[in-house]
Amino acid sequence: MSLNTPMDDETLLEVRNLEKHFQVDEGIISSLLRSVTGAEADYVHAVDGVSFDLKRGETLGLAGESGCGKTTTGMSLVKLHEPTDGSIRFRGRDLTEADDDELAQFRQNAQMIFQDPFESLNPRMTVYDTIAEPLRIHDVRNETARVRRALEFAELQPPDQYFNQYPHELSGGQRQRVAIARALVLDPDFIVADEPVSMLDVSLRAGVLSLMERMTEEFDLSVVYISHDLSLLRHMCDRLAIMYMGKIVEKGPTEDVIENPQHPYTRSLINAVPVPDPGIGRERVELGGEVGDAIDVPSGCRFHGRCSEYIGDICETEEPPLEGKADFEGRQEVACHLYEPADDVVEARVGETTDTGDDSAASADD
Amino acid sequence: MATQDEPSIFADLDDGATEEDVESVNRWERTLRLWRETIGEQWRMLTDDLLVKLAMVTLTFFMAVAIFAPLLAPHGPLTRQYETDAEIIIADWVDPVFIDSESAYILGTTSQGYDILSQLIYGSRAALLVGLLAAVFTAGIGTLVGLTAGYYGGKIDDTLMRIVDFLYGMPLLPTVIILVALLGPSLWNIIFAIIVLQWRSTARVIRSQALSLRERPFVKAAQVAGASDWHIISRHLAPNVLPLSFLYGAFAIAWAILAEAGVSFIGLGDPNRVSWGTMLQSSRAYAALDFGVWWWFVPPGICIGLVVISGFLIGRGYEEITNPELR
Ligand code: SF4
Repeated sequence: MSLNTPMDDETLLEVRNLEKHFQVDEGIISSLLRSVTGAEADYVHAVDGVSFDLKRGETLGLAGESGCGKTTTGMSLVKLHEPTDGSIRFRGRDLTEADDDELAQFRQNAQMIFQDPFESLNPRMTVYDTIAEPLRIHDVRNETARVRRALEFAELQPPDQYFNQYPHELSGGQRQRVAIARALVLDPDFIVADEPVSMLDVSLRAGVLSLMERMTEEFDLSVVYISHDLSLLRHMCDRLAIMYMGKIVEKGPTEDVIENPQHPYTRSLINAVPVPDPGIGRERVELGGEVGDAIDVPSGCRFHGRCSEYIGDICETEEPPLEGKADFEGRQEVACHLYEPADDVVEARVGETTDTGDDSAASADD
Repeated sequence: MATQDEPSIFADLDDGATEEDVESVNRWERTLRLWRETIGEQWRMLTDDLLVKLAMVTLTFFMAVAIFAPLLAPHGPLTRQYETDAEIIIADWVDPVFIDSESAYILGTTSQGYDILSQLIYGSRAALLVGLLAAVFTAGIGTLVGLTAGYYGGKIDDTLMRIVDFLYGMPLLPTVIILVALLGPSLWNIIFAIIVLQWRSTARVIRSQALSLRERPFVKAAQVAGASDWHIISRHLAPNVLPLSFLYGAFAIAWAILAEAGVSFIGLGDPNRVSWGTMLQSSRAYAALDFGVWWWFVPPGICIGLVVISGFLIGRGYEEITNPELR
């Protein structure tokens, strides 16, 4: 089956246990020492077991403080990083096993919009060349007409007037529109948008956001929005996943997560946002205490050092699984020992004979 | 790509409804323009500076002299104007016109009976050949190696940079001298030896540029769109490091000419070719300084100085372009 063939209501993207670790840079001396002593290299656990599904036409928000691994996750989704472990399936095909043809098809279908429109356009390329580049790479016909169409869609009118302009001649908002046009020109199915408006002037944000809404609608796109700005994500996303130190701690329909947050970390994030107002961006959320060490990750629940609900040893010894819980109304999944697993989770567990089954049985008793 | 259920905004373009590719914008034209504008912009910024302009004029002058040497030179560079007593080194030269107004030789002759002006004119060929070839190859090889190492990183980077480190361990002039002594004294060997040693600095600087460029989002965007490595290196990295390549190329002109003069001066110059370095060498061999025959060694010295300074000035002008903090 071709990766280009769309199906109705399909699950476009399945991410399972995605991990991305970066080896810590070290000098020659220390790497020699390490090979002599047999010690292990240090790794930054940027993403440490992230799973989610994304349906066709669905928008998912990845939220969290900077350094929580949301950008690394986004980059792995469009194959800017090779995952250390875990799998990403696009239309059912595991990308790590995909051959060159399938990879080229994936490249046509998955695009990314970057945070800084001043950096994401080559300063030495005209608007036309920038947008036409993906078409040339994939040998798509009707280059000029497509570029024109994409510019029109991005509300850069009249398009021909922009053809020969260089990025430095454009405003930030115009540049981000060019970047969006470039992402759309191949008619993709999946886009990762990494803080798409955070570098823009507040007055320009609403315009770019409504363009992105229109694009999701018109192209029937599945979009992963990455942002620290919960009010923006609330406005743009069907579902929300809150990340902390490389893991998703809470995941579910946006309204449930925002209106009725369950994980102590999510609560503190949301409490830090005074009034939800989608039009206005906000500075980074502050929270007491330090984010844990991403190299020497904390045992058990990674949030235990900062958690206000800390309930004892179990938080430090048992890693809470992300699962449906029985104690509250919302439909979200939460990774925290405060709550009892939902009935169906327990049932599924009982069926399992693996050691994880034993673990969770123990934690369910608490 | 177009979805069957919901036609995309590009749908009619995919139906083939439009006739054979109505490309109003030719891609070769555009690539060409990208390069022309990049170079043009550099050129405009460069020629903004008066000193750089003077340096350019000087270099152009010497280039013209080199090209038209056979027309300009009154005599052959290695044609004896008269025979001295064979075998014996004697001070038998003709004074230049400004000392002896009767003289037929504007800058006089050497003690071997060669016309100094003609030697000077032909000597510019060697100097510029060495300078320009070394510059082109130094910048070219250095840029290519630097981009490859910086873009790919990892083992490729390690290997290439160890080679560069190794070359850095060798002092320029002594190594060129040894290489030329081994390979035989010819202009091509001198050029070769200079290039072998000189690309190291370009490679190192371009590599560090490429290292930071490859992390820039516009390179990431091209990767996401599926661009090949070569595409990224040639379209995204190369145009952005071009000013630096030029800078090192300009400095290479100066260093190469100095190195050639040095090698020739100690007697390893090409015996069949006149260069400013070999002129200095023979003036020393015939003890011109002791006899006060300054018109033999001062003109080639001035020429070397002018060309070398021009090279450095252009390099310096470039440095200001690439590093705005110097302005
Ligand atoms: S598992 Fe414990 S430490 Fe972690 S969030 Fe829940 S209560 Fe806090």
